[in-house]
Amino acid sequence: MNGVRTYRRPISTWWWVGKRTYFVFVMRELSSIFIAWLVVYLLLMIAAIGRGADAYDDFLRFAANPVVVVVDLVALAFVVLHTITWFGLTPKAMDVRAAGRPVPAAAVIASQYVGLVVVSAFVVWLVSR
Amino acid sequence: MPDEAGTIGLRVARYRPDTDSEPGWQEYDVPLRREWTVLDALNHVKNEVDPTLSFRWSCRMGICGSCGMDVDGTPRLTCGTFLADFAPGPIRVEPLSNFPVVRDLVVDIDDFIQKLPRVKPWIIRDEEKSVDEGEYLQSPEELDAYKQFSMCINCMLCYAACPVYGLDPDFVGPAAIALAERYDLDSRDQGARERLDVLIEHEGVWGCTFVGECTRVCPKHVDPAGAIQRYKLKAARESVKALLLPRGAR
Ligand code: SF4
Ligand code: FES
Repeated sequence: MNGVRTYRRPISTWWWVGKRTYFVFVMRELSSIFIAWLVVYLLLMIAAIGRGADAYDDFLRFAANPVVVVVDLVALAFVVLHTITWFGLTPKAMDVRAAGRPVPAAAVIASQYVGLVVVSAFVVWLVSR
Repeated sequence: MPDEAGTIGLRVARYRPDTDSEPGWQEYDVPLRREWTVLDALNHVKNEVDPTLSFRWSCRMGICGSCGMDVDGTPRLTCGTFLADFAPGPIRVEPLSNFPVVRDLVVDIDDFIQKLPRVKPWIIRDEEKSVDEGEYLQSPEELDAYKQFSMCINCMLCYAACPVYGLDPDFVGPAAIALAERYDLDSRDQGARERLDVLIEHEGVWGCTFVGECTRVCPKHVDPAGAIQRYKLKAARESVKALLLPRGAR
């Protein structure tokens, strides 16, 4: 708008603390760092297994370090948050239709949890065989 | 609740560009009537207490989209926001976030007005039918496909709620992308390709990090966040196609 002196309000660095939804959003974004950590952790474990029994024992000692245990617990909490929030958002991103009708959001979300349980059960079966 | 239950405080952000270097606060006491909205209270102030207070409104019924303000920190249509829901108060009333303030509660939405035509929110045809050939017919299902996205009243609540827009004003923004989707999904339209060229840019759909607040504040249930994520899928599909398929097959 010409000729009018408008005022631009500055945005605080802490814009995301005041509102619950913004806070959850920033935590959800942050959770990807912990997902990355778990991937690194898994790769370290696989590398150790590949190098033999001694290397694997070393890895187990590393994993039992209290600092690593705490990091893993925090990571677990963030992974749970990551899973719940992204599963919850899926129906927004995908317009799923069956027989021409939109599938209710709850059904889309539920199907992801079913998938998660099936895959988890398979993994448990695989390692405990 | 009786018709009138005392008064409630309004804490209103004021900015007079000719005298103030930055916005300040002013408090008003207004009657707490069960049927009064925040807009009614502001009109009461303007008519009875302080005629210098500036704000926009028109229809008083959630149609025109001009009365949007931040009420207790959340963007809302003030004509649909009841005082009683905020009792005992005080109620904080501010101009919509993320827009420059012109005066008091009035913001400058020029930026949106500039962006809107960039997504070409109108029906594009490869070849127009002549009037003699009659109208473009549409089935109820075809109407349903885009109807939700056509309910937008350009109230700008979604832009005020969007931290991405606040931090990066180049972002095309929720309502404009929802409107692009509205025309893409219209069976009469053939302009999806042209719109994608605009929205595939970084300031287009990829600027969105899916905060989802736009959908939460939208008074018309347009679900702009949903529109943007669907657009991302579409854009990703097109990029993969462009990479894999020879030109002619696209
Ligand atoms: S999408 Fe909703 S919140 Fe955004 S301008 Fe349109 S009606 Fe308002
Ligand atoms: S005054 Fe028209 S939408 Fe509120």
